[in-house]
Amino acid sequence: MKTVFQRTPTLKDCPTHYCPGCGHGIAHRLIAEVIDELGIRGSTIGIAPVGCAVLEYDYIDVDMIEVAHGRAPAVATGMKRTNPDKIIFSYQGDGDLASIGAGEILHAGHRGEQITVIFINNAVFGMTGGQMAPTTMADQITATTPKGRNVAEEGYPLCVSELLAVLPGVTYIERCALSTPANIRKAKKALKHAFELQINKAHGLSLVELLSSCPTYWRMSPPDATKWIDNKMTKVFPLGRLKG
Amino acid sequence: MTEKGQTSIGTEERVLMCGNEALAEAAILAGCDAYFGYPITPQNEIPAYMSRRMPEEGRVFVQSESELAAINMVFGASATGKRAMTSSSSPGISLMQEGISYLAGAELPAVVVNVMRGGPGLGNIAPSQSDYFQATRGGGHGDYRTIVFGPSSVQEMADCMSLAFELADKYRMTAMILADGFLGQMMEPVVLKKRPSPELPPKDWALTGAKDREQNIVRSLWLGEGVLEDLNFKLDDKYKQIQKNEVLCEQYEVDDAEIIVVAYGIAARIVSGAVTRAREEGIKVGWIRPVTLWPFPTEQISKAADEFRLFLTVEMSTGQMVEDVKLAVAGKAPVVFYGRPGGGVPTVDEILDKIRQLTIRHKTQDSRLKTQDKR
Repeated sequence: MKTVFQRTPTLKDCPTHYCPGCGHGIAHRLIAEVIDELGIRGSTIGIAPVGCAVLEYDYIDVDMIEVAHGRAPAVATGMKRTNPDKIIFSYQGDGDLASIGAGEILHAGHRGEQITVIFINNAVFGMTGGQMAPTTMADQITATTPKGRNVAEEGYPLCVSELLAVLPGVTYIERCALSTPANIRKAKKALKHAFELQINKAHGLSLVELLSSCPTYWRMSPPDATKWIDNKMTKVFPLGRLKG
Repeated sequence: MTEKGQTSIGTEERVLMCGNEALAEAAILAGCDAYFGYPITPQNEIPAYMSRRMPEEGRVFVQSESELAAINMVFGASATGKRAMTSSSSPGISLMQEGISYLAGAELPAVVVNVMRGGPGLGNIAPSQSDYFQATRGGGHGDYRTIVFGPSSVQEMADCMSLAFELADKYRMTAMILADGFLGQMMEPVVLKKRPSPELPPKDWALTGAKDREQNIVRSLWLGEGVLEDLNFKLDDKYKQIQKNEVLCEQYEVDDAEIIVVAYGIAARIVSGAVTRAREEGIKVGWIRPVTLWPFPTEQISKAADEFRLFLTVEMSTGQMVEDVKLAVAGKAPVVFYGRPGGGVPTVDEILDKIRQLTIRHKTQDSRLKTQDKR
């Protein structure tokens, strides 16, 4: 019988700790596939965030480090500057990148660090129990916005990718959604392009934002959650290439 | 002297340098691959020097956007097996404590320089020794230690640097140079030469890309039951080894001394002047100068306290190291403190006066004790 699909070797064969319908598993698989397709497992170093994906190294079989909340772009800077031939990627959630680590991502982009950032935007803090993130939608109910996010007091959803796109040090930004098979294929293409830019030593930072579902803290079924990405999130966070 | 090819550095020749620059050049001689830092007074000579010299050597210099970023850049470079350092002054070191704690948890080597200034808060930019607690107790969250050097001359600023890199690698932890604004700014003759490096354990844990091997993971999160407790005990064993093997301290005229002055860093330089003058007056006084502040020379001080003596601790703070002196003396002798905080620098005369006062007190106590013995 002909094998038409198999687990890519860099994705470990192990049970998942993620909730049903969570987008992290899809994102991990795409990254592992891209690493294998580009043949860069032996030269890649990954940076895991603080958040649900802190144990990312249990799934992706490359050299990995776990760092303080939000500091991944600074850690990546230290790695890349001392190892210009290695491929460095960080994997960060919206609490990590858009809230506590807003300074680090801004300045890594500002300096034009030659790193790849994978930004998972699921509009909540997942691991700590579904609190409001900077990317939380207007009126969205979270653990810390029981009446829904009040934009007058808590601000509008923060579009970090649009902010970063204006920096000359940022080479490539694309926003994709882990919602439908077509969107997931586009996400893989974007990830591959981001890594290729780094492999080819293109100047500057490459970032792929992935809109990803969190059925547990959105209080939805997994199918409803994917629909919510396409119907609600993409209205505030439009898909497509923002730069490069 | 700083022009490439025209330097006396690396030879036996004495050169005149300020402490901050001597320390920076010593780091380069010690094989520092990368420097990351953020401007703050009174240590700005270090990043300025490194921004020129590191690229000359084909090494890395990055001015970070904050001290938070600087220590995390060190974290990243160190995780790949490179020798990395940062420098700052008191408020900046407070910001770095998160990263220093993570370095301890992940068991990564790093060298951090704190050229202390007055605090708390923004304080001032005058020399101070008020970060002793922060440096010697770990500083950040969690159960950990850092190796801390308290140099007292420009030469020692340089010498501690190569030892700091060596011990950081040997024990996979942070080594800190705890200097002050005085030492950083003042100029003294210094001999800068490469220290022969002993054989160190291979960095087989480093993240270099998992080519033809299993993945390496650098982490500080341990969720399994009892796993973190095991790590804490493992770290504690390491710290006990360091306390056994790495204590450095200097003693002067201690054998017949009735008063022993304990001081470190620039305060110890002033103390040594006061002690010399007190000796000229016939006062039996000596000094003990901890060079490593952690591990602290507890044994040496405890031994000195076995003879009935009086201890005077002099610091540029309201009294921090004095607690370690008291722990070492363990009630065997009185411990008196004299300190000038907030950028105040004690003079030789002030300390000499204090020693004279104590001589009178010591004689009175001594005769009281002798009377008690007779009873």
